[in-house]
Amino acid sequence: MELAVEKTSIQDKVQKALGVNPQDAKLSLTFLVISFVAVFIGGFLGLFQGLNRAGLLELPAWFDYYQTLTMHGILFVLVFTTTFVVAYFYAGLSHTFGGLLPIVRKLGWTALFSMVIGVVMVASMVIAGEATVMYTFYPPMQASPWFYIGLVFLVLGIWIAAAGVFIQVGNWKKQNKGQRIPIFSYFATGVFVMLTFSSILVAVEVFALIFWAFGIKETINVIVSRTLFWGFGHTLVNIWYLSAASAWYVAIPKIIDGYRFSDSLTRLVVFLLVILNIPGGFHHQIIDPGITEGWKFVHVFMSLSIGFPSMMTAFAMFAVFEKTGRKKGGKGLLGWFKKLPWGDVRFLAPFIGMVAFIPGGAGGIAQTNNQLNQVVHNSLWVVGHFHLTVGVTVALTFFGVAYWLIPYLSKRQLTPQMNKLGIAQTIFWTLGMIFMSGAMHAVGLLGSPRRTSYSTYGDHATALGWEPYLIFLAIGGTFLIIGVVLMVYIAFNLMFLAPKGVTEFAIGEQDPNDAPSPMWLERWGLCIILLIAIVAMGYAMPLMEMINVPGSPPIRTW
Amino acid sequence: MKIHRAEEIWLIIGVAIIVLSMVITGYQAFAQGFAPPSGMEPIDPQKVDETEPFDNPGVFEVGENEYEVVMTLQAFSFTPNEIEIPAGATVHFTMTSKDVIHGIQIPGTNMNAMVMPGHVQKITETFDEPGEYLVICNEYCGTGHQLMSTTITVK
Repeated sequence: MELAVEKTSIQDKVQKALGVNPQDAKLSLTFLVISFVAVFIGGFLGLFQGLNRAGLLELPAWFDYYQTLTMHGILFVLVFTTTFVVAYFYAGLSHTFGGLLPIVRKLGWTALFSMVIGVVMVASMVIAGEATVMYTFYPPMQASPWFYIGLVFLVLGIWIAAAGVFIQVGNWKKQNKGQRIPIFSYFATGVFVMLTFSSILVAVEVFALIFWAFGIKETINVIVSRTLFWGFGHTLVNIWYLSAASAWYVAIPKIIDGYRFSDSLTRLVVFLLVILNIPGGFHHQIIDPGITEGWKFVHVFMSLSIGFPSMMTAFAMFAVFEKTGRKKGGKGLLGWFKKLPWGDVRFLAPFIGMVAFIPGGAGGIAQTNNQLNQVVHNSLWVVGHFHLTVGVTVALTFFGVAYWLIPYLSKRQLTPQMNKLGIAQTIFWTLGMIFMSGAMHAVGLLGSPRRTSYSTYGDHATALGWEPYLIFLAIGGTFLIIGVVLMVYIAFNLMFLAPKGVTEFAIGEQDPNDAPSPMWLERWGLCIILLIAIVAMGYAMPLMEMINVPGSPPIRTW
Repeated sequence: MKIHRAEEIWLIIGVAIIVLSMVITGYQAFAQGFAPPSGMEPIDPQKVDETEPFDNPGVFEVGENEYEVVMTLQAFSFTPNEIEIPAGATVHFTMTSKDVIHGIQIPGTNMNAMVMPGHVQKITETFDEPGEYLVICNEYCGTGHQLMSTTITVK
């Protein structure tokens, strides 16, 4: 045990002396450039939607509300998050294992090119007005076949990136038989296992759509497509969440100068999230026809079960904060709270992200219960919900990571001025989201629909009653766009302008008193078997009932 | 694997919340009949006009102050539209889509259902308060989606 600690500390010193591998840094930085360009464009598109919903801005016919919304969704949901996740995990693996294997680096670049080709195809179809179908692209609305082919390249990119991760981690495992894989690579493995398996579902859907869009297949099964999409879509959300959680468990303890939470329980959380996640997709279909009441009830459990590891995470985070605060001399019941580094944006931003997950998670639990879902389904409430969970929890955590990840890669430093600007960014972002998401929750309960451009429905009193709330979408959006501009500026400053220096990749150390984690948590084969079993339990029967529903021909309604 | 006593209590609370919400949701769904709309009957979306009952959409009295509304949804309208019913009426909606996926929602009530091509969707709502209820499509269905609405007048 002691020998192992010594070995890692020598390894750490070597890595510190050498710094980041320049070739690996280039790969991750390129992913991050794409990521923050997506934030910039997607952010402005979001502002335009907010202004439109508030009745202040009419969008032009050549790029209407629904094109704007489709692009906003694709840029944030598919591009920003995916490229950030790959950049972050590839950088972390390079750091953990002392550089990526040449084949893995090659796979990383191939993944990048595949994703870029995919995004360019998808985006140009949307701009051309050939794919105003939202990022969910539910058939029988039919986009240009090239839109779907673009999606194939995106999925291919994900698989190639995942292959790289598995090769890198597998190689280490082979050379270190019987050892636990380092904690950061444990999270990386979990994230990419989830990505691989969930994207199989959407790949099946997209292949069917391509044949249908080219006219080879006459009709498409609408409900099966929708079900496959959400098996992927909801897992994707939890992939970002697990990526954010990896920064909470692994990086934050380092930043606040404490120890990581129990290694066993950390690994258990990852294990549980990977196994339980995919069937959660059903809660997007609670008021769909074609799924029995019984299955919908079973799936309440499938969705809520994810709440359990989330509760574990909430406990773990505050336990780490309290322990660290007390170590620094915090006295009494809450004295430790004041000892946390509130002026450090690398802590403040992800901390607010965690706090946002309290109302975000609670709202999620509420709306997963069938009858409550019926009240808010497809209303702006749902949009408010995921702007809390994804827009605050995940986004602020990723931004918090960027403050040290980017200078680590660019061999620069986060200056006190940039730190201050980062704190301002965090405040603007948080206020913007409170206004916007708060108003969305409220007006959604009153029935205002999502994905709908400004409409008074012939000046109907009900719709006019929503207007005072919708103004806050514009106010929140304005705060947020300031946050977007600041964040993109900070990101590029840290890439190209900040003073040269050494920044560490933040990986917290294990508490010396922590017991080693049980070895069964290292058995990814077991994890994958359980994952497949849960997916089969959740999906096999409902899909059998759906498979014979008569299909639909392609339709274009925009 | 050692779990702190405080964490055990915390996780028991977590499990209790999950179990309690399952129990309430299950009780409401199966004992009180509030389960979400889950029409299981399939229909060929290309032959809606020729398939009963959608060959004759409309409002039909089926009992004492009880009505069936046979409705088709299509970009960007509801058929029939501008429905009138007496106060206190229980209305059984039987719906399908003739083209893309739509949703029907009546703000201020619990009526909210996805209406998809290939499926007959069913939902029941009782309208106790008189007034003009706004009916909207709440699933993006194309350029005119924000215009897809009608009213139900309860007298």
